[in-house]
Amino acid sequence: MPIRCEIVSQDRMVWAGEADMVVVPGASGEMGILPDHAPLLSTLKPGFIKVAHDGEEEVFTVTGGVVEVRPDKVTILANASEHVTEIDIQRAEEARKRAEELLKTTPPTAAEHLKAQAALQRARIRLEAARRFRPKQGPQIQSGPAEDED
Amino acid sequence: MATAREVKLRIRSVKNIAQITRALQAVSASKVQRAIATVEATRPYATKAWEVLTHVAMQPGREHMHPLMTRRDKVENVLVVLITSDRGLAGPYNTNVLRYTFRHFDDYPVPVHYVTVGRKGREILHRRGKHIVADFSGIPDRPKFADVSQIGHLLVEEFLNGKADQVFLVYTDFINMLRQNPTRKKLLPLEVDGGERVQEFAPTAGHKVVASYIYEPDETEILDEIVPRFTQLQVFHAILESQASEHAARMVAMKNATDNASELADALQLEYNKARQQSITSEMLDIAGGAEALAQAMAAEARKAAA
Repeated sequence: MPIRCEIVSQDRMVWAGEADMVVVPGASGEMGILPDHAPLLSTLKPGFIKVAHDGEEEVFTVTGGVVEVRPDKVTILANASEHVTEIDIQRAEEARKRAEELLKTTPPTAAEHLKAQAALQRARIRLEAARRFRPKQGPQIQSGPAEDED
Repeated sequence: MATAREVKLRIRSVKNIAQITRALQAVSASKVQRAIATVEATRPYATKAWEVLTHVAMQPGREHMHPLMTRRDKVENVLVVLITSDRGLAGPYNTNVLRYTFRHFDDYPVPVHYVTVGRKGREILHRRGKHIVADFSGIPDRPKFADVSQIGHLLVEEFLNGKADQVFLVYTDFINMLRQNPTRKKLLPLEVDGGERVQEFAPTAGHKVVASYIYEPDETEILDEIVPRFTQLQVFHAILESQASEHAARMVAMKNATDNASELADALQLEYNKARQQSITSEMLDIAGGAEALAQAMAAEARKAAA
């Protein structure tokens, strides 16, 4: 019996469907959620969400958020999330360079420093996801461009 | 009466105006649709976040509420987020929301501070000598969540550091193309048992509160994650509603302007025809008069010669 999975970010529904297993980067480590899981609420760390369904695996990046698990349903409230095929590698690469530059050159305030670090982490996750999980050739999922929060 | 040439010039300028207003009308019509579509796209997250919020807050045995959800006994300062447009030519849109604001907050028992979104609102508040804490004008026409999240961020900060004990949103609710109502909503503290918000964001009222959840790491951290984002989302939502209203109001205003311009052009055309006819008539009279005078003069000449 599959489990219903919905990934929503603030400005759109990222993905919805039936899944055999959902793997999320929970606060206390990666967790795999199977149907009939005990009710659970957890925050998410930046990382990857993997959704296994019909013998295939969909990979999404997530920059943080909350997951709600009920026996028949997984809902992910993502701060920002995108399917691995939606990642704009060039933009992520630029964001990474910008953040690295910022961290190297200026001695910024604590808040700015955190912000740059967060931006760097987001960019790295996107790039890693694109490198590891992107099909070499395949149909591109077309949808709205993903946006960073803040 | 104006000369035919003058009238002709006026007709041309009125027709030009009509062309511009007609274009603006078409542009606004498409922008309304886009803004509404974006509002719809925020609904899944809002509904879900609201569900999670309610049932975390409703858990039995919760000793203390999250700070952003705690009502303060003494309200000493109120913060109002006023959403208007950057540009004019939107009919009564800005006037309505401003009048609504003054009606509700001018005689407020405690000091009211403002955060403005939109140039029009900022200018009027400034002229009236209101205290503006921050201004976020120049929100793009198709705002992304990232464009407005800093507003919510600021509000949460002001609330947490005690500069504001209540935060209200004043914006224009889009009902349909012909009706947009100014409205206000209490943003902070977030009240989960409030009636209005439940209706708006949680159509699935039958959401079962599952008794025992496992929390990781704990409830507070989860609320920490959701409540500020939910606040940001509400601001985003209000801005989109306001933009839809602005464009709808502008569309109606521009339609009226186009209609008036064509009416005026018709009236002027009539005037032009009259003026033209009159000038032809007077020219004819001139010619006829001249010919008559000439004929008389020639007749007089002939009589003289005969004599």
